[in-house]
Amino acid sequence: MSALERAYRDERAAVLATITRRLDGDLALAEDAVQDAFVAAAVEWDRRGVPDRPGAWLTTTAWRKALDRLRHARIAEARAADLAQPVSYDADFDFERSSLDDDQLRMIFTCCHPALAPEARMALTLRSVAGLTVAEIARAFLSSDSAMERRLTRARRKVTEAAIPFRVPPDDLLPERLAGVLRVVYLIYTEGHGSVRGDLCEEAIRLARLLARLMPDEAEVAGLLALLLVTEGRRPARVDDAGALVALEEQDRGRWDRAAIADGVAMLERALRLRRPGPYAIQAAIAALHSQAATWEATDWPQIAGLYAELARLDPSPVVTINRAVAVAFAAGAAHGLAILDDLGADPRLESYLPLHAARAELLRRAGDAAGADVAYAAAIALAHSDAERAALERRRDRV
Amino acid sequence: MQYLLLLTYRPEDNTQPGPELDAEMERWSELTDEMRQAGVWVAAAGLTSDSATTVRAPSGDTVITDGPYAETKEVLFSFIVIDVEDLDAAIAWAEKTPAVTYGSVEIRPMDRLTLK
Repeated sequence: MSALERAYRDERAAVLATITRRLDGDLALAEDAVQDAFVAAAVEWDRRGVPDRPGAWLTTTAWRKALDRLRHARIAEARAADLAQPVSYDADFDFERSSLDDDQLRMIFTCCHPALAPEARMALTLRSVAGLTVAEIARAFLSSDSAMERRLTRARRKVTEAAIPFRVPPDDLLPERLAGVLRVVYLIYTEGHGSVRGDLCEEAIRLARLLARLMPDEAEVAGLLALLLVTEGRRPARVDDAGALVALEEQDRGRWDRAAIADGVAMLERALRLRRPGPYAIQAAIAALHSQAATWEATDWPQIAGLYAELARLDPSPVVTINRAVAVAFAAGAAHGLAILDDLGADPRLESYLPLHAARAELLRRAGDAAGADVAYAAAIALAHSDAERAALERRRDRV
Repeated sequence: MQYLLLLTYRPEDNTQPGPELDAEMERWSELTDEMRQAGVWVAAAGLTSDSATTVRAPSGDTVITDGPYAETKEVLFSFIVIDVEDLDAAIAWAEKTPAVTYGSVEIRPMDRLTLK
């Protein structure tokens, strides 16, 4: 890897965050200026050698490029009154390493601002915080480079034009905004997990680690990192040799990455020490209990059922109730689980909700109702979105 | 930074005159006072809902039509211009308007308002 490539990977996000702060949150201009600085580096470093501190060189250069662009914009506006006023920023740039962490954190909150579209939040975070290239992000979201570039450009323009603040939100907004940031990281992970592509999963974990370092006292940050690490530890067993998804129950537990799971459990303990657990810490605790069980049957189902009940109270959703029903079925008998699913099934909006049909099929089979299970499996299979999903359901149905 | 708050409501669930509407008008009046005291208020006006006229000239010839530019269930009934630090501050003021409970508030960054 060349010095320039290494600088692009290691320094770009930090340089961008610093320049964005100095420009009072003008992310669109900062992005252009940082791009200019890397173009300049490609020429200069080749000719004069790599500077001692590449990050400092890039920051100073990007800052000069930003000032150039500001001057040109003013000339283009051709307004005499403006021209009379000098650009109000200092040309000299003091490269302070100490404020880098703060700038990175500001960048995260800006990229995940709720006024941006959810897909734009993910793309902008991957570009401006994780430092992925446009091509890498486009590939991860199965989009073309040009479409992804347009999405990013539009998002940056909105940050600048609508004056989305470049800051860590004040205390009254922080809980809500931090939840939004964690949601973006979680969605990046599930985007990778759902499509069985590992690259996004690894980026999500890197982002969660960065957040855990920058906000060490936030329990839900530690909770999310714990959840992602434990889930990641099980990923090697999630797909079989033929590429089909393997349900947790059928996974070869010998293939789990015990080191990642242990990391996750340690992080969970840190989350639990901080204060009452939130939704991510509870999900991490559930994942940890699964990971610690030698077999599916030996899982601590009563405790998992209790954790799902707590999760349903904090963050109710159909999927949480379905998981609680399955845990209750194993802890207390299939009939108890089915009763919970029947309550849920009374909601007509869930008629075409695959997980509900799949869970019912599974519990009916365990209750000995083979005919009922077949009907429920057929309903689930008809709703499958992908071949992998359909194949996994058919395999479960055909199992004796 | 100046922002235009565009306030909409749905005519089909219009509040009838009575104590509920009186209470809402009271809240509007309090909010305007609060904005003026905070120094963010720039301009505001109510808009008639069913007397809109739309002008277009897609091929050079003017076409005038009755009604707002888009057929939507939400009708624009008022605007407020505020001058605040950033989008978070604009969102905080938008959240205080009664319109968020029964309609919507669209926030548009704008060039500085000039008045004659």
